[in-house]
Amino acid sequence: MIESIRNLGRAGVDSVASMGRAGNLFVQSITWGGPGSAGFLDFIRQIHSVGVRSLSIIVVAGFFVGMVLALQGYNILIKFGSVSALGTMVSLTLLRELGPVMAALLFAGRAGSALTAEIGLMKATEQLSAMEMMGVDPLKRVITPRLWAGIISLPILALLFSTVGIWGGAFVAVDMLGLYDGAYWSNMQNTVMFTEDVLKGLFKALVFGLVVTWIAVYQGYDSEPTSEGIGKATTKTVVISSLAVLGLDFILTAVMLGGV
Amino acid sequence: MRMRNVEFMVGGFMVMGIIALVLMAFRVSGLSTDAVGDTYTIKARFENLGGLTDRAKVSLAGVTVGRVTNVTLDKEYYAAVVEMEIDSSMNVLPSDTSAAILTAGLLGEKYIGLSVGAEMDYLKEGDWVQDTQSAIVLEELISRFLFNKAEG
Repeated sequence: MIESIRNLGRAGVDSVASMGRAGNLFVQSITWGGPGSAGFLDFIRQIHSVGVRSLSIIVVAGFFVGMVLALQGYNILIKFGSVSALGTMVSLTLLRELGPVMAALLFAGRAGSALTAEIGLMKATEQLSAMEMMGVDPLKRVITPRLWAGIISLPILALLFSTVGIWGGAFVAVDMLGLYDGAYWSNMQNTVMFTEDVLKGLFKALVFGLVVTWIAVYQGYDSEPTSEGIGKATTKTVVISSLAVLGLDFILTAVMLGGV
Repeated sequence: MRMRNVEFMVGGFMVMGIIALVLMAFRVSGLSTDAVGDTYTIKARFENLGGLTDRAKVSLAGVTVGRVTNVTLDKEYYAAVVEMEIDSSMNVLPSDTSAAILTAGLLGEKYIGLSVGAEMDYLKEGDWVQDTQSAIVLEELISRFLFNKAEG
């Protein structure tokens, strides 16, 4: 009995301390500069490994999500005789919700886990300690370019997800189901607003990119330097960042739409 | 060589992002129809808007000639004031043009339909449309119909 209460207390204290370490890591690694700091080329290389390599999964997923949205929407809207609203439905769903959220979830699985494993392995093989011995700050050298690469990449990926999805929806609606393509595009153009829908969706993706990458690098940096510890940290990255994305999505939507 | 390749791919990634943003702006959110061309603003007072909102279309003979930009309530007349931007290529609306709030289809979106008058001078920036016709509110119509039935 006493033991279980003690464990509960320890878990609470541990998680608060862990948040403190994560905050500390963020503050120290968000800015560039310092001894042995990563250069611009490291940043480019990280965008390549985080963003460009996630491109294929994002594009394929976006295309299928757009197609299935159009198919489902068509079957529902045709009952109310308002199939012409299909383009609006597909584009708003993708821009406001599915683009940022799905891209962030896929990003967490594809890039976040890889980041954690990479940094965890660097720690386990004492590369990070070796950097410290050489007077190089591993936070500036390793974490900073990865963090920024994630922040830059995810909005672009989310945008591409929505774009491909909208064209995927057009493919199903116009080419396969025979909807008049003027109805699909012009209703979309009348309803979708650039600042309200596109930019707010991009802002969401920016926040998700920051949070997912932050969780990934922190879990890697804070992992136990064993093979088991790296495995655990990778799992934690995917689980925590997926939940964080879904939770934050609700909060951001509530704040931006208002009314809650 | 390898690093050049990486740079090229990252550059391509960024370019794709910019292209996607441009497509979003012009193809999906139809930014071009808002930004292109000069406009002039005319105003009209309606008794009931019945669901007309910002960005609703203003059409003449079925062709879109402008957009609603602002909807406010006139405290003096207790009526709604609608400001609309008309494309300046349509600067030949007679000053006794009338405006009506119409519905696209039975349950579709509300828009403003203009019908031209016969005056020789034209509406200018900031002018009021004098002759307006409010939206037909379906509930009022139904209740009036039922009321008449009950009486007769």
